[in-house]
Amino acid sequence: MDILIIVIKIVCALVWFLTLTLYLTWLERKESAVIQDRIGANRANIFGLRLIGLFQPFADAIKMIFKEDFVPPFASKFLHTLAPFLSFFFVAVTIAAVPFGDRLEIGGRHINLQILDLNAGLLFILAMLSLGIYGIIISGWASRNRFTLLGSMRGAAQLISYEVALGLSLIGVIMVYPSLRLQSIVAFQGENLLGWIPKWGIFLQPFGFLVFFFAALAETKRVPFDLPEGESEIIGFFTEYGGLKWGLFMMTDFMEIIVVSCLVTTLFFGGWQVPWMSADGFHFPWGGTWLLPHGIVVLFQLLAFNLKVFFFCWLQILIRWTYPRFRYDQLMDLGWKVLIPLSLINIIGTGIVMGILK
Amino acid sequence: MGTLLFFLLGLLCVGSVLGMILSRNQAHNALLLVLSFASLGGLFGLLDAPFIAAVQIIIYAGAIMVLFIFVIMMVNLKEGIRPERKVWTIRLSAGLAVFLLIELGLAVKGTLASIRGEAGPAIGSPTELGRLLFTDYLYPFEITSILIIAALVGAIVLVKKKKDER
Repeated sequence: MDILIIVIKIVCALVWFLTLTLYLTWLERKESAVIQDRIGANRANIFGLRLIGLFQPFADAIKMIFKEDFVPPFASKFLHTLAPFLSFFFVAVTIAAVPFGDRLEIGGRHINLQILDLNAGLLFILAMLSLGIYGIIISGWASRNRFTLLGSMRGAAQLISYEVALGLSLIGVIMVYPSLRLQSIVAFQGENLLGWIPKWGIFLQPFGFLVFFFAALAETKRVPFDLPEGESEIIGFFTEYGGLKWGLFMMTDFMEIIVVSCLVTTLFFGGWQVPWMSADGFHFPWGGTWLLPHGIVVLFQLLAFNLKVFFFCWLQILIRWTYPRFRYDQLMDLGWKVLIPLSLINIIGTGIVMGILK
Repeated sequence: MGTLLFFLLGLLCVGSVLGMILSRNQAHNALLLVLSFASLGGLFGLLDAPFIAAVQIIIYAGAIMVLFIFVIMMVNLKEGIRPERKVWTIRLSAGLAVFLLIELGLAVKGTLASIRGEAGPAIGSPTELGRLLFTDYLYPFEITSILIIAALVGAIVLVKKKKDER
């Protein structure tokens, strides 16, 4: 029975993850179309039913599956094939540590709405994201092409640089919520500050949030930070890929957006917490209460988590389509000379404030 | 299940290290070393120490080896170069290997003798580790960090261009 529950949780989380990935491609097409004053993909249909292009992701998927799977003769074959799977795998496993909601009680059983409740869950996600670099490096190297190598070099340099800022920006969060367990961090954010402000990370760690968000944007390797890809100059580390293998790289990009959104939501925007809602319903700061049954509360939590994640996915796509690319030196300056000092100042400031309030 | 995973990960770890030693291609060497680090992380995870497992993967597999591979791919894109063979280097390395093996054997023997029963579950937790680092092992910790910073500064000074050289 326990194994069955775990299997159901894994299947649900993966289905959620992949469906959201598919529809982020649709969102990206539509959002870019709106920004560029176009209509966007709207021709894919089933029996003439268009539904504003909602079937487009499926058409894309079918197209990718039936393309030729080509390995260039000069590439090293094993590594060339391995790279996209590595890239995809390491981002796909991160979903295991994301808390979707609080405990669900069914028939006396407590089901934690999280696949893997590690006491170092935050580090698990960071570790898996940092291993994702190997997909980029190996793909660029195994293709034996100067442009792909250039792309993977840039990618490795960029990801290593921004990982430092990413890690340092989270130290403040770990200091405020003394835990690395994601469920405890979320549970802590259910309390209120001064009686009415939810104790979300954005209010306790505003600088931490800024640094984290910029560093995480750089980790997704999309436009303001898309040096490894650089569509208009070097085409990037996946130049020699086609069909489904290229599709895996593209899906990795979108899945990284979702993981970043999940992390931002969990650490800085209360995760599955709804403001002023505790396990038995709403307790408004102006005195009213609205008691709800357990199932409805869990439903609210899942809905809140999803809404927050959708919002950050939308925001990241908006940023991707509105800002031009950084130059390489600007990128490195931003990482090493702005974000890292800012995160260090944030750590010291957090320490001082915590010492005073103690 | 735990024993099976342990042997799988152990086999992967030892196998990838062996492959690293035997392979001639520098890039493959580095990737195999990454694999061994990752499986070592898995072994830490099996020992109920997810914090150490995550740190092992983030630091070694995710950061240090990326820099290694970065340099290897930048410098050398050909198949591995045949190493020079000299009789005295083979003899010296064989002697050193035997010496290392004896040393490792003694270390393992000493460690096995001092273990009594199981370690507590808190031993690998971030709280316990942080407390030990900042109380009992504060001086070694600080000295190591000063050493690393000195090495970093030294490296930067060494590679920095002098102004008149430009």
